[in-house]
Amino acid sequence: MATDYSAYRVVAAKHPWRWVGTAVVALGVLAVAWSLATNPRWEWGVVAQWFTAQSVINGLLETLKLTAISGILGFVLGFVLALMRLSASPLLVSVSWTFSWIFRSTPLLVQMLLWYNLGYLYEKISLGLPFTDVRFFEVQTTTLISQFAAAVLGLTLNQAAYSAEIIRGGILSVDQGQLEAAAALGIPAWRRSTRIILPQAMRAILPTAFNEIIGLVKGTSIVYVLAYSELFYTVQVIYNRTQQVLPLLLVATLWYVVITSVLSVFQYYIERHYSKGAVRNLPLTPLQKARKFFATHSVATQARNVR
Amino acid sequence: MSTATPTAAATRGLVEITKVRKSFGTTEVLKGVSLTVEPGGVAVIVGPSGSGKSTLLRTINHLEKVDGGFISIDGELVGYEVRGERLLELREKEILKQRTGIGMVFQNFNLFPHLTALENVAEAPVVALGRSKEDARRRSLELLDRVGLKDRAGAYPRQLSGGQQQRVAIARALALDPKILLFDEPTSALDPELVNEVLDVIRELTTSGTTLIIVTHEMGFARDVADIVVFMDEGQIVEQGSPEHIFTNPQEPRTRSFLSKVLEPAFNI
Repeated sequence: MATDYSAYRVVAAKHPWRWVGTAVVALGVLAVAWSLATNPRWEWGVVAQWFTAQSVINGLLETLKLTAISGILGFVLGFVLALMRLSASPLLVSVSWTFSWIFRSTPLLVQMLLWYNLGYLYEKISLGLPFTDVRFFEVQTTTLISQFAAAVLGLTLNQAAYSAEIIRGGILSVDQGQLEAAAALGIPAWRRSTRIILPQAMRAILPTAFNEIIGLVKGTSIVYVLAYSELFYTVQVIYNRTQQVLPLLLVATLWYVVITSVLSVFQYYIERHYSKGAVRNLPLTPLQKARKFFATHSVATQARNVR
Repeated sequence: MSTATPTAAATRGLVEITKVRKSFGTTEVLKGVSLTVEPGGVAVIVGPSGSGKSTLLRTINHLEKVDGGFISIDGELVGYEVRGERLLELREKEILKQRTGIGMVFQNFNLFPHLTALENVAEAPVVALGRSKEDARRRSLELLDRVGLKDRAGAYPRQLSGGQQQRVAIARALALDPKILLFDEPTSALDPELVNEVLDVIRELTTSGTTLIIVTHEMGFARDVADIVVFMDEGQIVEQGSPEHIFTNPQEPRTRSFLSKVLEPAFNI
């Protein structure tokens, strides 16, 4: 007869090397933190002084504004370009392809300067009948293309070229059978894209799209070449005056870290939303995990679990 | 004799396929196929893989455009409009409208994974037929009840078994009140023990007055429910007739050779 083990005590396996590894990593982290805190050259006082200064906050708002506008416009245009690329019309396909080709193959810096200096190439921008002298409306290019307009134009068009490919990839990742089923049910084309295909494509699109947007947040710093006073240009102006180069770069860096962190939280919840139905059960949110942790580790529950 | 007889007093759902041809690249998969299914009739198409069964089914709701021949439903051409002596290709919108009269059930179910069972069923009646959301919801619950899944209305497809998913897919196809239902190997992706729950639902539909065209490898089921059995091979209909005729007294050597391979001892019991 088999022995009955049900009354025996279970002893968990021991992992001594895991503890050694943890200790080494903890020491390393501590050393870095120590040097950051104690090395006076980081000038944390200066960082603190400038971190919430009015000019820095203004620059930050400009950075957020540029990111939001060119991010949204870029992805909307990218969506249109992706649909063109997937359409049955050879003309639309080649226009979309050419757009992505041009904007992906020229440096963003060059595009920026080109847009800003458009007035040199075309003095006036006008609306009229082509090949005639009839003009309904005419403006000086330089008044139309401000630093802001050049920045938005450059960032948007560039962003659109990349997001078009991301969205196209997402759409291609959805099973062809989904389109067939929707078509067989008589669901109209626009509804097929927005209700059936896009929500499923989002799972493939989102991680890369957030990569792009986080890249764009820091990418906006390139508009300093237009002397546009976003976050990075602002701190440059300040350290050129005060000569406190490292602490001010740190100020800008910390703000970029803050924005990226906030975006990462958004990313987590948006991805979770679109994973509905794709996984059998949704993973717990960090908050739910914490609640569960405390619920199972509280003294009361442990007492209850003891036989 | 070579056409299906209606099992109920159905007046709509007459399918007439005339000399249909279809090629993919240089391979001709349908070589002039003609078939008539009477309103409310049940036609079961059998044959080896690659014989063109599925393609024929997909031409009926215009998921595949034919290269030659034509298909009509209740005398109305599928995909084309007759204007004088010319056939005008229908626009997308009109094709979608035709499709609402033809339900289709796929081998891989093709349920929308991000929508619940109820949302899957209720989507098309709202956007394709313009029913109210409340109305569609109520009717969809009825249909889910009919396939025995009312209590799983809120579940996502991946939370359901294969058999349950296919039953939801059948409810989804029924939601448009189609004249015709097309089944493309509805049980081929299922585990053997789940096949019957799906076949039972389909069997129940055979007396509903809806025309059913079923591509399947389930010979016992075909024999049981079919008004007409169609044997296809290499893009052609080799032989068609009543189940008794095809299964007990096939005339063509190709039919005999196919049936001898698929009718295993199980059928001789």
